[in-house]
Amino acid sequence: MNTSDYNFAYLDEQTKRMIRRAILKGVAVPGYQVPFASREMPMPYGWGTGGVQVSAACLTPEDTMKVIDQGADDTTNAVSIRKFFEKTANVAVTERTEEATVIQTRHRIPETLLAEDQILVYQVPIPEPLRFLEPRETETRKMHALEEYGLMHVKLYEDIAQHGEIATAYAYPVTVSDRYVMDPSPIPKFDNPKLESAAIQLFGAGREQRIYAVPPYTKVVSLDFEDYPFDPSKAPHACALCGADHTYLDEVITDDAGGRMFVCSDTDYCAQRRAEQQGTAA
Amino acid sequence: MTPLLEVRDLTKRYGGRIGCADVSFALHPGEVLGIVGESGSGKSTLLNCLAGQLEPDAGEVLFDTRTDGPRDVLTMSDPERRMLGRTDWAFVHQNPRDGLRMRVSAGGNVGERLMAVGARHYGDIRSDALHWLGQVEIPDDRIDDRPAAFSGGMQQRLQIARNLVSGPRLVFMDEPTGGLDVSVQARLLDLIRGLVRRMGLSAIVVTHDLAVVRLLADRLMVMKDGHVIETGLTDQVLDDPQAPYTQLLVSSVLQV
Repeated sequence: MNTSDYNFAYLDEQTKRMIRRAILKGVAVPGYQVPFASREMPMPYGWGTGGVQVSAACLTPEDTMKVIDQGADDTTNAVSIRKFFEKTANVAVTERTEEATVIQTRHRIPETLLAEDQILVYQVPIPEPLRFLEPRETETRKMHALEEYGLMHVKLYEDIAQHGEIATAYAYPVTVSDRYVMDPSPIPKFDNPKLESAAIQLFGAGREQRIYAVPPYTKVVSLDFEDYPFDPSKAPHACALCGADHTYLDEVITDDAGGRMFVCSDTDYCAQRRAEQQGTAA
Repeated sequence: MTPLLEVRDLTKRYGGRIGCADVSFALHPGEVLGIVGESGSGKSTLLNCLAGQLEPDAGEVLFDTRTDGPRDVLTMSDPERRMLGRTDWAFVHQNPRDGLRMRVSAGGNVGERLMAVGARHYGDIRSDALHWLGQVEIPDDRIDDRPAAFSGGMQQRLQIARNLVSGPRLVFMDEPTGGLDVSVQARLLDLIRGLVRRMGLSAIVVTHDLAVVRLLADRLMVMKDGHVIETGLTDQVLDDPQAPYTQLLVSSVLQV
């Protein structure tokens, strides 16, 4: 297929302008959900249509793209979105976090610290942190406008009352820049501290038609109680492959007899560590 | 003495129909005002207008705020009115399902107002919740149960606790004993009466049940077709009704 059959990065230029305007507004008002006219994409909702549109609006021909799904570069979602942009934008792709200029992610922030010239694009299923507490959109918008976020703590209260601790382990609500409460997409709460980053972070929700952003070096605070402070917990193990004890781990079932191993969820980070270890051993 | 709430010529129309018209009254601190009338007489419309849940077409509702003295609730900004709604005001709905979060535990329900005004210490919120559950006679061990697991009377008491936790000065009650059987009603009325007297609350109680206002209200307002047709001390209105409709209303009560 010839790339000229598509406009660069699939979307037409007017659509990309529209999305860029939403992104700019999102950056100007950190954590605020900007409505945008989400387009039909050649993949089902829930597969990252929001993230793909934001990526398409950000990409230039010189960009290098990386796509991860739950930290891995080689899962279906990551592979198909990477192929999509290889085909429609003809951009270079990579699995190495530090080489990428645009990183689209589903449910993780890479372990490698991001730099100022990088863009991290999140795929967001439900952008509204108050959704399961208050079903009316008119009401949640008003609550955001008036900064009425007591309800969010009611949810955390319920967690402690039922489980003895804040049991919310992913999509852990944060306050951005002392103003808006934001759903950081379903990243594990282990990743929440990394939301204060040098890279610009963009969030796209295709089905819900919302874009929001966290500009570089923006203050991001995870909600908690004074006597139950935020705890970015992880499995109490080291990675079975690279031995790292500071990374977020996946639990992998290895047989039918209860065998299991814990490995880094960030495949690129794990592979690089193992390569280094082999280098020093040799 | 400055009235806590002063209403002047409040009118609400639904298209060509009248919800309530030209209602004026003053409510002083510590006073309980009963509003009675048959269904469709405009009681609930009036209450919702006062509590900022409906926008009236004309009139003034002056509330004596803690900081700035009397202010017109209707011209206040949204944030100010909503702030009043969760601190100085309380609203007890007829159906506890309207006033409670059914999927949140009793403790969470009581604690919501505290967290809404910035309480961020779990232990403190929980002990406050326990205190208020005790005030409305709900056992401590039910604190983590959801309201769905409560009986109707307990749900109503929980709703009251949830409202009183922020130390409001004005309580709106819409048929607080509706849908409860008589013995539960009696206990609830006893409880409300005790709380109102002990906390020195002002309250506006809307009901069609004359026994409720006899027990709770100091003063009475009788409404018919959106208009106030008679006002006075509760005992005076009930024992010596002047307006024909009030006479009908009083004589319609079944005697056991």
